[in-house]
Amino acid sequence: MALRWWIMLCTALIVAVPLSLLAGAVWIAPFAPPVRNALPILFELRAPRAVLALVIGGGLGAGGAAMQGYLRNPLADPGLFGIAPLAALGAVLALASGVAGDGWALPACALAGAMVAMALLALIAGGAGAGGIGRAITLFTLAGMMLASLAGALTSLVISLSPNPFALSEIVTWLMGSLENRSWHDVLIAAPPTLIGIVLLARGGPALDALTLGDAAARSLGVEPARLQARMVIGLGLVVGAGVAVAGIIGFVGLIVPHVLRPLTDHRPGALIVPSALGGALLVLVADSLCRAWPLTGGELRLGIALSLIGSPFFLALLLRLRRGIA
Amino acid sequence: MLRAHALTVAGRLHGVSVELRPGRVTAIVGPNGAGKSTLLAALAGLIAGNVSLGDRALSTLPPQARARAIGFLPQGHDVAWNLTVATLVRLGRLPHRTARETDDRAVANALTAMALNPLAERPVGTLSGGERARALLARLLAGEPDWILADEPLANLDLGHARALLTHFRHLADAGKGVVLVLHDLAQAMNHADHVVVLHRGSVAAAGIPDHALDSAVIARVWGVESHWLGEPRKRALVW
Repeated sequence: MALRWWIMLCTALIVAVPLSLLAGAVWIAPFAPPVRNALPILFELRAPRAVLALVIGGGLGAGGAAMQGYLRNPLADPGLFGIAPLAALGAVLALASGVAGDGWALPACALAGAMVAMALLALIAGGAGAGGIGRAITLFTLAGMMLASLAGALTSLVISLSPNPFALSEIVTWLMGSLENRSWHDVLIAAPPTLIGIVLLARGGPALDALTLGDAAARSLGVEPARLQARMVIGLGLVVGAGVAVAGIIGFVGLIVPHVLRPLTDHRPGALIVPSALGGALLVLVADSLCRAWPLTGGELRLGIALSLIGSPFFLALLLRLRRGIA
Repeated sequence: MLRAHALTVAGRLHGVSVELRPGRVTAIVGPNGAGKSTLLAALAGLIAGNVSLGDRALSTLPPQARARAIGFLPQGHDVAWNLTVATLVRLGRLPHRTARETDDRAVANALTAMALNPLAERPVGTLSGGERARALLARLLAGEPDWILADEPLANLDLGHARALLTHFRHLADAGKGVVLVLHDLAQAMNHADHVVVLHRGSVAAAGIPDHALDSAVIARVWGVESHWLGEPRKRALVW
């Protein structure tokens, strides 16, 4: 990516973070007379939320870019391997069984779900690397789709068997994805795995670059399929699992951010991972600020919904432009 | 020397032994399904088998070291993303952990060798078939491997582009590189190779200098076609 785009992306982030701290049900104007409880609102409510938005958005952006590079397909999404649905299943089980009241139980269950997904993927598709990257990817995608549909069915089962309407509403609200009422405690849960995941994925960049030339050429350039596969499973498991653990299911970021940023790079998948992390962080931060600032009776706008509302028109415009380009 | 010894790949190759020397162009020919691509992939270390490079088994070389020694150009012109030609060619430097200046020089040399300088900033999506084939070969050359293994590099190329590429392979061999090409056109193998390996049903049917390995008897036995060569050495045509 050209230096000016790096500067623009970083500047946008630097400007967006303080702005996001000021926006919300209570607007805090920096130069106006101080609002009551301004400091607790800023440091206990909004700052952890902003950090969490950056962390989760960064993870999903990087995950999306890596996934598109690995599958050599611009329509791939980090949710495709079934890691997110299984993590969600873990969280839903925690909510339904009532153990979620304890602060650590829900994220722990979600992370456990993500780990089960990673283990199952490795078990089903592992070793396929010997038959070439193409075969590994096919097996992998099919295994992921199977896991996703199984996890979706089990989640629906848990919802339909849910013991009381409160648990039911809690589950449904949680599944929509939100950063409402998250604290530093959640940052502590999500940040380390996400950062490790982003580093793992970014370090796989050269292998993804080689994969641009196809399976055989990539292997002839020294790429080891099994290693790349392990890196992708662990990296994606960490970023997606950590995201779902603290914020529920947040779609769209991993699909759209790499798509938007790709033309600003030299189109190498490896060159897109870090910019996508920054872009994802920015998108989720802005979307979450909108959620807070948008007055809605009966609570906040859910982050998942806000992202779709922002993203869909944008994506449609992009597709129209693409169509005009082709026509 | 790149050597396969009694190489067997289940269902495809049965005890194939070949010895390839640097400094010459070797052509691997044979009917469809004879195992040409499999043999080339095994020689490149992509399929496990009894292949040695110098005095070392290829399987014991770390993948990056193997990639620096052997450049492999697969069949087809597959490029997943719309990279510029210069970025594409730079991918050839991936196995090397060298300074940026060294990489820049290798990329510039490869672009020049393939006459791609005017196209360096063009996206590969806008290239013609011949230009794309040259760009992919330049990617391989940027890695500066000792061995250049290419699977049907001349497929779908017109006469001019095919001749230009063959001339390049000759220059590379003259510069001491080992060049191994899977070819479909027997006249190209006859006229441009120093050594020919004829594969038939996963075994070596003939190997040696083109005049011997590709004589009419071999062609009749392997391809089932009665034919004879016309013209002078290095400018022969096959009629049947």
